[in-house]
Amino acid sequence: MQSAEHGAITGSVGPAPEGGEVSSRTGGRSLALDDFLHNKRAMGGCAVVLLLILFCFVGPLLYRTNQTTVNLNLANLPPGGGHPLGTDEYGIDILGRLMVGGQSSLELGFAVAIISTVIGALYGAISGMIGGIFDAFLMRIVDTLLAVPTFILLLIMASMFTLNLLSIILLLSLLSWPYVSRLVRGQVLSLRTREFVQASTTMGSTRMRILFRHMMPNTFNIFIVTTTFAVADAIYSLSALSFLGLGPPPPFADWGTMLTNGVNDLFDSYPWEVYPALIALVVTVLAFRQIGDALNDIASARSTR
Amino acid sequence: MTDGAVELALLEEGPAVAKGDVLLRADHLKKYFPIKSGILIQREVARVHAVDDVSFELRAGETLGLVGESGCGKSTLARCIARLYDITSGSLEFEGTDISKYSRRQLRAVRRDLQMIFQDPYASLNPRKRVGAIISDPLRIHRAGSRDQIRRRILELLELVGLSAEHINRYPHEFSGGQRQRIGVARALALKPKLVIADEPVSALDVSIRAQVINLLDDLQDELGLTYIFIAHDLGVVRHVSDRIAVMYLGKIVEISPAEELYQRPVHPYTEALLSAVPVPDPDLSASRQRLVLEGDVPSPIDPPSGCRFHPRCRYATQVCKAAEPPLVQHGSLGHLAACHHPLSLQTQVGAWATVPVSAETPLSETATT
Repeated sequence: MQSAEHGAITGSVGPAPEGGEVSSRTGGRSLALDDFLHNKRAMGGCAVVLLLILFCFVGPLLYRTNQTTVNLNLANLPPGGGHPLGTDEYGIDILGRLMVGGQSSLELGFAVAIISTVIGALYGAISGMIGGIFDAFLMRIVDTLLAVPTFILLLIMASMFTLNLLSIILLLSLLSWPYVSRLVRGQVLSLRTREFVQASTTMGSTRMRILFRHMMPNTFNIFIVTTTFAVADAIYSLSALSFLGLGPPPPFADWGTMLTNGVNDLFDSYPWEVYPALIALVVTVLAFRQIGDALNDIASARSTR
Repeated sequence: MTDGAVELALLEEGPAVAKGDVLLRADHLKKYFPIKSGILIQREVARVHAVDDVSFELRAGETLGLVGESGCGKSTLARCIARLYDITSGSLEFEGTDISKYSRRQLRAVRRDLQMIFQDPYASLNPRKRVGAIISDPLRIHRAGSRDQIRRRILELLELVGLSAEHINRYPHEFSGGQRQRIGVARALALKPKLVIADEPVSALDVSIRAQVINLLDDLQDELGLTYIFIAHDLGVVRHVSDRIAVMYLGKIVEISPAEELYQRPVHPYTEALLSAVPVPDPDLSASRQRLVLEGDVPSPIDPPSGCRFHPRCRYATQVCKAAEPPLVQHGSLGHLAACHHPLSLQTQVGAWATVPVSAETPLSETATT
């Protein structure tokens, strides 16, 4: 080494701990989680979702109703008596039906979100990581799927086959993972040029190690947002399909069917039959959207930090 | 290691390269980036000559400074040596074996001995990983020891770079720039490499903590017997740390020399101009010396000038500079190489920025119009 004849460089010789510079925030919990826990919208949305899950899955255990047999003696009863929300045209308790119908909506929402996120994230990440012709080919497949109008395909399929919950889950997943893969691929492409990824390469990481250890944690904030939106969208799609009478046949219960029956009965002046399903649907979709929005805010605030 | 280091199972020393032996040899190294165009069939329409025919040797234990203005290819050269980029042509020998054609898989073993410190300490650490995980990443990649051994090694490394054990569970955003760069240094040293490429390790740091990081690197070199390639655009920093300095211009090494010699007797006009731009802390001296301002911009590396690449901006340039490319040959004392048709007078000892025109031929500017 050259001796320090050059006067410009002074300062402490040798490393000295710079304890004072460390910010007061203690490591231990990730910053994003911290932000999330302190975000009122996110927490409010989560609370509503939690209540909905309890209502739909624990509710029927406490509030037992007959949801399978038609009992016309009890048809179209107004709220009150043994039926807090009244009964529908088949004499089935509306509160109980709301719980059972919610089960299918939530199951579908979560299933579609999880399937499309896992497939989409892996597909997009691997496509972006490998790049080149392989990437171009995979992305053209995505383009093709994105070009398919979701609802029209659902309508065609529903008119050709009798759909059950599983087939609707698969159809919706098939059409929603390309969105996730697009986003994740974009993020992976930008992460590839980041220095910490290059640093990992210089240390001898395999590409898969880089992908799963270094890139995936950094795409998390992106696909978690799309996941929550996917839940809301899937619930909405199922309801819309059922509303048009193309959902799974009875005894399958869901909010969309309740809504369409309720609308018919609205003109027969049984208004209690339409509002419960409507409100449940709006509350659920709003709750998931709130969580998604809050996560989006947190993610974008962090990226500018 | 000097401080009773934890011996990691798989980290025995390889075939030792004695101090002074050639550790790295680059021979006619070229890196061109293709510029492609076309919708379906991508055709190469041009290429960026980022590193163009660079040859040098690096001896174990020395520090080679690499200077040049932005875009001259010094970072690309560093990334070629670290094999982050594929090399277009030429050979790159590390410890006697040519690694220029090695695949990713073959490179894994080499990378244990060849590490890199990055420019931006904010970008080079994964924001989602704790310091312990960041530093231990190379150890876990190479499966160097048990969990317990790795943990002890992390603590040892933290101490080595002047951080404390309590930092192990923190995230990078909780640290200052200087501390982050120390984490980057600790990570680069985790596998006890032989060669460390430092790509502008201090240019992103506050001036007040640059000295700390530089002195840390300096101390670690003495302690661990490291070899450095030190890239910077700050000539003061490079002078402080380097044994030898290479000056790059538009993808080529135009001058390479022992460090002090370069500052005393620059041979290449570009070096002269670079040196004249170094701020001098003495106002009297500063006022008396002449600043050589280079006119125009750096030419495009897509279509570099003919002959000597510096000729459009060189005040000594003549016809021969435009026609023929000067070879990198010895000028003056041993080990002082420069690529110039009109080397600055070796007799002029008046300091780093003597302004004696050497040109005996017709200046280029007069004939250019004809």
